[in-house]
Amino acid sequence: MTTRRELLLAAAGGWLLGGTAPAGVGALAAEAPGAEPLESLPGKKPLIRRAWRPPNYETPLAGLVPLYTPNDLFFVRYHLAVIPEIDVDTWRLKVGGAAAQRPMDFTLHDLRHGFERVTLTAVNQCSGNRRGLFSPRVPGVQWGNGAMGNAEWSGVRLREVLTRAGVAAGAVEVVFNGADLPVLPATPDFLKSLPIERALDENTLIAFEMNGKALPHLNGAPARLIVPGWTGTYWVKHLTEIRIESAPFDGFWMKSAYRLPTGAFPGVRFSTQENPQTTPITQMLVNSLITSHVDGAHVKRGAHVELAGKAWDGGAGIAAVEVSVDGRHSWQAATLGRDLGRFGWREFRYRLDAAQPGPLTVAVRARSRDGATQPEKLTVNPGGYHDNIVQTVTLDVG
Amino acid sequence: MRHTLALAALAAMLVVAATAVALAGEESLTLRPGPARDLTAGRCAICHSLDYIPGNAPVMDRTGWQKTIQKMRERFGAPISDPEAQQILDYLAANYAGKS
Repeated sequence: MTTRRELLLAAAGGWLLGGTAPAGVGALAAEAPGAEPLESLPGKKPLIRRAWRPPNYETPLAGLVPLYTPNDLFFVRYHLAVIPEIDVDTWRLKVGGAAAQRPMDFTLHDLRHGFERVTLTAVNQCSGNRRGLFSPRVPGVQWGNGAMGNAEWSGVRLREVLTRAGVAAGAVEVVFNGADLPVLPATPDFLKSLPIERALDENTLIAFEMNGKALPHLNGAPARLIVPGWTGTYWVKHLTEIRIESAPFDGFWMKSAYRLPTGAFPGVRFSTQENPQTTPITQMLVNSLITSHVDGAHVKRGAHVELAGKAWDGGAGIAAVEVSVDGRHSWQAATLGRDLGRFGWREFRYRLDAAQPGPLTVAVRARSRDGATQPEKLTVNPGGYHDNIVQTVTLDVG
Repeated sequence: MRHTLALAALAAMLVVAATAVALAGEESLTLRPGPARDLTAGRCAICHSLDYIPGNAPVMDRTGWQKTIQKMRERFGAPISDPEAQQILDYLAANYAGKS
């Protein structure tokens, strides 16, 4: 988990000795991401605090070991600091917009009892997960590996709700707003849009349950959007309003934020929001994480050491996970765990031979069913998104 | 969510008070002493806790802070005047610019 961060921190220490550091900067190390303060939020077990307000807290590595990430260990990510507690009895979901034929409101009771209940397993990963591991580093919340989790989401299909309100011909995007608000009225409210095709996809849900329980407040109660395969920015929390629109949405969080250089990454294109320079982030890229060992972990010589972790992608599903112990010259297949569906992560296990004392360097890469694999090199981008490079840990055998 | 501006601001302030209690802890962080520290803390903490500053410091140099202050003013509507922006930039560049 900490390979590159430890290297970066070590590098940061280098300039302290070199005498080029600005005055007073010596105390930075204690405040840097590596310090990883663990703190409890209401309804949560201790998480790694990246910021108090708006609250941004990531799941410690141990929380990513279970097949389903527990609700009280699931990461918390907000852009705006005003997060109202919502009274579910008076809560309404307003569905309208220029391309809605019959604008209407829904209560939570309406959603629970007026539509087919759907349950699916999906990874929710923040677009900026691992930004803090980027080299060169880029501004933004300095996430490690834990701005992600895997859960079973239950709710109703968005398309059924949209159909009830009538999708007019010429609808191009659907816009989502949540109850969270900025402190200042001048700050852009957090609204996101989806292409109409993705909004009408049978796997896009309005969920009110997570792992069989009501959504935790800090994960979007009473209802949030679930966009399996796409990064967390689209999974709007505390939903209050949905608008079916006949023109591309021009809000700040679509036009200026969460964008990638056009053509730099694979993934489905969000064509109504794309320009020649930049394009919205959409699907997650194929990726994996070792959860059994951190870099530098000591293991007993002679024992068979079981390496384990998770692999996921943007919705094709995981075809294989491979492990290399010889500097990435040869790769052996790891054993895959239970298939939770193409949007869930896949557990992998691999027995390492730890007969020889000394450092044992292990690299892991996942391959998607669409043939995509994890790259060796990071594609640097200003937002610090899509870090899915092959992970390496070195174990200390002795 | 559409309110009149005054109502939105009032509601925001009320809920901020409630939220701040629930997520207590941020008052434990004090920025480093230096000219314009209190101005910096006062303006930045309107919208976010101050740990965003040391949290981003390892990534930042003077240019980075200049861009960030500009973004906060132009994109997010931070109420910071030109002379204040200059003082805040000097403070952050002197105390929280740790980019190597």
